[in-house]
Amino acid sequence: MRRSSPGSLRRAFQPWNDPNAKPLIEFRGVTKRFGSVTAVSEVSLSLYRREFFALLGPSGCGKTTLMRMLAGFEQPDAGEILLDGVDITAVPPHLRPVNMMFQSYALFPHLSVADNIAYGLKREGLPRAEIARRVAEMLALVKLDGLGKRRPDQLSGGQRQRVALARALAKRPKLLLLDEPMAALDRKLREATQFELMDLQSELGTTFMVVTHDQDEAMTMADRMAVMDHGGLVQIGPPDVIYEAPVNRYVAEFVGDINVLEGKVVAVEGDLVRIETALAGMVELDEEAPALSIGAAVLVGLRPEKIDLSHDEPAQSFNKVAGEIWDIGYLGDVTMIQVMVGGDSGRLIKVALTNRTRRAARPFAWEDRVWLSWDIEAGLVLPR
Amino acid sequence: MSAPAAFAARWSRLVVAVPYLWLLLFFLTPFAIVLRMAMSDADTALPPYAPHFEGFATLREFISKLDFENFRLLADDALYWDSYLQSLRLAGQTTLIALAIGYPLAYAMAAAPRHWRPVLLVLVVLPFWTSFLIRVYAWIGILRPEGLLDMVLGGLGLTSEPLRLLNTEAAVLIGMVYSYLPFMVLPLYATLEKLDRSLLEAAADLGATPVRAFLTVTLPLSLPGILAGAALVFIPSVGEFVIPDLLGGPDTVMIGKVLWNEFFSNRDWPLASTVAIVLLIVLVLPLALLQRARLA
Amino acid sequence: MKRLGPGLILALVVGFAFLYLPILALVAYSFNASRLVTVWGGFSTHWYGALLSNQPLLDAAWLSLRLAFVSATLATGLGALAALALARHGRFRGRLLFSGMVLAPLVMPEVITGLSLLLLFVAVDVERGFWTVTIAHATFSLGFACIVVQARLAGFDRSLEEAARDLGATPLVTFWTVTLPLIWPAVAAAWMLAFTLSLDDLVIASFTTGPGATTLPMRLYSAIRLGVSPEINAACTLMIGAVALAVIAASLLLKRGQAVGG
Repeated sequence: MRRSSPGSLRRAFQPWNDPNAKPLIEFRGVTKRFGSVTAVSEVSLSLYRREFFALLGPSGCGKTTLMRMLAGFEQPDAGEILLDGVDITAVPPHLRPVNMMFQSYALFPHLSVADNIAYGLKREGLPRAEIARRVAEMLALVKLDGLGKRRPDQLSGGQRQRVALARALAKRPKLLLLDEPMAALDRKLREATQFELMDLQSELGTTFMVVTHDQDEAMTMADRMAVMDHGGLVQIGPPDVIYEAPVNRYVAEFVGDINVLEGKVVAVEGDLVRIETALAGMVELDEEAPALSIGAAVLVGLRPEKIDLSHDEPAQSFNKVAGEIWDIGYLGDVTMIQVMVGGDSGRLIKVALTNRTRRAARPFAWEDRVWLSWDIEAGLVLPR
Repeated sequence: MSAPAAFAARWSRLVVAVPYLWLLLFFLTPFAIVLRMAMSDADTALPPYAPHFEGFATLREFISKLDFENFRLLADDALYWDSYLQSLRLAGQTTLIALAIGYPLAYAMAAAPRHWRPVLLVLVVLPFWTSFLIRVYAWIGILRPEGLLDMVLGGLGLTSEPLRLLNTEAAVLIGMVYSYLPFMVLPLYATLEKLDRSLLEAAADLGATPVRAFLTVTLPLSLPGILAGAALVFIPSVGEFVIPDLLGGPDTVMIGKVLWNEFFSNRDWPLASTVAIVLLIVLVLPLALLQRARLA
Repeated sequence: MKRLGPGLILALVVGFAFLYLPILALVAYSFNASRLVTVWGGFSTHWYGALLSNQPLLDAAWLSLRLAFVSATLATGLGALAALALARHGRFRGRLLFSGMVLAPLVMPEVITGLSLLLLFVAVDVERGFWTVTIAHATFSLGFACIVVQARLAGFDRSLEEAARDLGATPLVTFWTVTLPLIWPAVAAAWMLAFTLSLDDLVIASFTTGPGATTLPMRLYSAIRLGVSPEINAACTLMIGAVALAVIAASLLLKRGQAVGG
């Protein structure tokens, strides 16, 4: 299978920025309660045709409930769900043009692989020959040709996942829901499968919505992702926007690693913002159209990979702080170094150094006195 | 609601309604009748009881005729007291003996190699599936004078004359232990099998002798199984009829047999109902224990 | 796995000897040529022949089999519905009463179940016989059937049913194509349990039957009261053989079901 979506095309695909684009799926003020617990509160969200959308959040944030409402397994207590502009809130699951790949895969153990894939087609009442053709097509699509007669328990975990995928895609749904699709796979397989899933999606042009708690998975695959917390959507956007411009501390800390410093705005000159922090003195950063007033209490976020480490004091007069190395974690591709800043009872700042060569002596050791420094493009401002 | 959804709702109501109605009709109603009967007076007419319930006009009169006379009769007559007490005592003894035999058996089963366990389990359950009557009958052949037991013991020169065990309390005990042993072994095995072997290793590692480890780790952790097994043996033993009838003697008066005799021989249906109600009350405590064991 | 110590092997031997020796003795004596139980008169199948000419006993056996078949079918149907109601329909009005009524016959002394049902049949003045016993047996084995099916439903991955719905199956189609095939081994096992319970019951049948409907246990009971005879031994042996076959079939069924149902 050829990668049919070069990056440039991907970037051009931004229906959410097109005011004329009609959404495929629309949540309007959807709320769901279980007893006294509000699982999903006042969610409004639009998904577009051909989009690969990821719902990201910790367990219990309501992402699964949101997806189950889309499949029809849960009824919202308030609000409505539209598909192609038609309200489907009251439509039972078996009448929705939406199919789901379950986290457990939910393969019918008493049916063969082929019969599993044919299950939905049989319910449509398709002619026998057409069903056989579609099943063969699906088996080829997920590269399981020749395994149609096997039982699910005779397959490996990866194969089972493909059967589940084929079964959900066989009915050519308008929208495919994937509930933690990689949860049962080991790491190596997971990575390969992610790319295969992306290829499949762009080849079929089906809209995908994946629910996951794994940020790497969401960021790798999704055109857009939504970060959820306590039943609400915190931020929706492309992965790079979520990572580089999180709207608040929760998103910044949930997606990737980040060091957070408390500070106060002292100057705003065009795009340039100066913030006085207790821990690292004056921090200067470049923020697009900052809506900040002088004296406002804010947080400064610094991603570990955007911080430099040196033994000598850098020449710049700001965006630097001295500290002592407390911990070095060698991870192979990067080395994660924890630097204690502000004395023994200060704060640990995480710095990620890429290991670009194999045998060079590691330049830093435990208890080294070092300087941290960063670019004005590195820091980001978060509301306190 | 859409038409298919409405259909689904009707279907799911049907699932509940059919067994519900059946049980209301054939479990709850009969039970209410027993309760009413227990407070009625014996009558020679057939069916042998009064009063009849004839519409709501006579409801007041009907209620006024209900009384606790039968309960008083039961309380005053030593025969009934004795039979309840004997039932409880025999059921208690049965439970203890079944525990003494069943615990080592269940323990050995749980300790057996993994591939042996299902076979052993089937072997324990198998006799339980054969007819109750057959199992009791088998013991008649063994215990009766000059039966198998006398033959064997006599042949070995251990006894010189027949033991005459049949139609004694001992025979009833043997029969009940034999019949209900699987009820003791199964829950015990279930808890012992789940028991994490590394707990015993941890106890040994911390200096406990095997006996001490058993007393301080295995035994407390298998307590739910002991309780469940004890309740499962005790409850049916109390109300048992067939075993005391076939293996017991004239002095074995268990409550199930009393009920049977009140009903079939004396044809005093109200009194039989009263005996039944009191029997149920007696069983409330072990039932509560069983419920707790199931929750644990 | 450590090897079993001598103490545990002894426990197994003693326990199983206690369980099986009485039955084995009974079976052995059914082949005794002598009428006297104390004397071994050589191997003979004489008593099995005598059994075949014992018309009342054969009639009772036939009645019991028919009765067990009908009542087990009723009990399994109702018990499976009850299990579905308890496992699938969450909270419904009167659930506590319902589960109480389902489970009560499991612990209720048989004398009470029998007595109460008889009083009902007398109160509504129906003719007692085959059908009253059938209803009584169905009612008391319903709870056992329900527990067997419920255990299976408890280990049932509900997303299988949701997957079927998601793929376009109505609730009824989901039940027929997914739920029922997967709980089928438990339903079969429940039926066999109910069948055996009915075949085994003496007390409830004695209460609820009428003239002309004497079951096999009732016949056996009156025969046993008269004393031990090789003919009863032969009848018992046949029943034991039938039950052993049924149990082995049932456990094989369940095992296969577990392999399929995961």
